[in-house]
Amino acid sequence: MSTRVPIRLSVNGRAHELEVEPRLLLVHLLRDQLGLTGTHVGCDTSNCGACTVHLDGEAVKSCTVLAVQADAAEVTTIEGLTGGDGLHPLQAAFWEDHALQCGYCTPGMIMAAADLLARNPDPSEEEIRHGLEGNLCRCTGYHNIVRAVRDAAAELRAREAGARTTEVV
Amino acid sequence: MIPSAFDYAAPDSLDVALQTLADGGEEAKPLAGGHSLLPLMKLRLAAPTLLVDLRRVPGLRSVEREDGSWRIGALTRHADLQGRRELGAVGEATALIADQQVRNRGTIGGSLAHGDPASDLPTVLLAMEGAVTVRGGAGTREITAADLFQDYLTTAVAPGEILTEVRVPALEGWGHAYEKFSRRAEDWAMVGVCALVQRGEDGSCADVRVALTNMGSTPLRALAVEESLRGGPLDDGAIAAAAEQADEGTDPPGDLNASPQYKRHLARVLTRRALRRAAEG
Ligand SMILES: Cc1cc2nc3c(=O)[nH]c(=O)nc-3n(C[C@H](O)[C@H](O)[C@H](O)COP(=O)(O)OP(=O)(O)OC[C@H]3O[C@@H](n4cnc5c(N)ncnc54)[C@H](O)[C@@H]3O)c2cc1C
Ligand code: FES
Ligand code: FES
Repeated sequence: MSTRVPIRLSVNGRAHELEVEPRLLLVHLLRDQLGLTGTHVGCDTSNCGACTVHLDGEAVKSCTVLAVQADAAEVTTIEGLTGGDGLHPLQAAFWEDHALQCGYCTPGMIMAAADLLARNPDPSEEEIRHGLEGNLCRCTGYHNIVRAVRDAAAELRAREAGARTTEVV
Repeated sequence: MIPSAFDYAAPDSLDVALQTLADGGEEAKPLAGGHSLLPLMKLRLAAPTLLVDLRRVPGLRSVEREDGSWRIGALTRHADLQGRRELGAVGEATALIADQQVRNRGTIGGSLAHGDPASDLPTVLLAMEGAVTVRGGAGTREITAADLFQDYLTTAVAPGEILTEVRVPALEGWGHAYEKFSRRAEDWAMVGVCALVQRGEDGSCADVRVALTNMGSTPLRALAVEESLRGGPLDDGAIAAAAEQADEGTDPPGDLNASPQYKRHLARVLTRRALRRAAEG
């Protein structure tokens, strides 16, 4: 048996102090210990992206990160994406554009898309397909997912422009 | 899938990390991004008894220019390098590794210390004639790319040593291209080719380097291609003729995705494409 390790991390803005086994995977910490079951396990082999969460603002596959590696980090899961009530523009666009069928891939898809839009606020269709390479969907055929990401990008840009206008006024 | 149990340390200095590794013995391993090591541990193909996480060691994540070279800290992630034009083939190849989530974790030092012949950065380091710095109990030493990759998943970085820095020449005025072929998005290269070309004033080939991914148990230089082009013209015909020799001296193993013959074919085609693009600057 290995020695348990103390870690401190923030998950969706809430601070946690825990003692964990070094081999505990971040995805299991989130799902089994913190009850955040929005993060899914699809392949468990770093390929499908269903387990994608943000670690210090960037998308990672939480089945391939040890909980101890998230010590001192900020973790955001699909449950914390808005930071409050209502839907994030990506969540709203996935709903509007019918970008999910079974929904299994959706939390990871949205967290990966959020990372993409942070890097590139106005991606082309090609750039979206390339940017979501790490996420597999077995239902939708991807077309509506790509459309939803484009729509969410437009909405986020409009909000950004609105915020700037308000500042100027 | 859950790895077998191990102990874990995250020291905050290089000296302590080296000492912890030494105390941990044969089965202790450094941990960088974990994106080669953890998948192996989850499959129980690796079972280190101690992981020494380098994440808190200061000064290992940086990109600096010095005397015609780039010095890149070992913990610099693919995401920190992807698409950076000033880094030449390093910027191009890092953008093609796996997917964004993997690039947000995987590091250049981890990739080079691991030495998977299907991975992209070893090939780029070999083509650029770069080198790495490693530290161990006996001090600091430098290993050139030509000496680093010894066999399948076997590099000259010895147990107990930590790779701290990667150095690549800036190769200003050279054209570069990294061509990677895989059948599915996010996949490893079935074959990859890094080409670097320096044009002389008259447009001819002043110098050229070509290296291959996944054509053997280590990355390989395509020396016959280089010799056939160096000093001669860089037109399509010369490039096509040279590229026909890309698989000379290679012995690629077949795998699930490609037979040896198919890999040889890919090496020739991708070498032609990479050389054409690199020759355009
Ligand atoms: C789904 C998936 C797809 C991938 N596709 C590609 C691809 O297309 N192309 C590609 O090139 N790579 C690919 N990779 C591998 C990825 O780039 C890895 O991140 C990288 O090869 C290893 O870097 P790391 O920092 O994660 O190393 P780790 O996994 O942390 O370490 C790997 C090995 O190197 C040792 N090590 C690490 N750092 C050091 C150091 N500083 N000094 C000494 N030893 C060290 C470790 O002990 C371990 O043995 C893929 C990975 C995954 C999970
Ligand atoms: S469950 Fe993590 S990538 Fe599939
Ligand atoms: S909606 Fe079912 S896997 Fe994507």
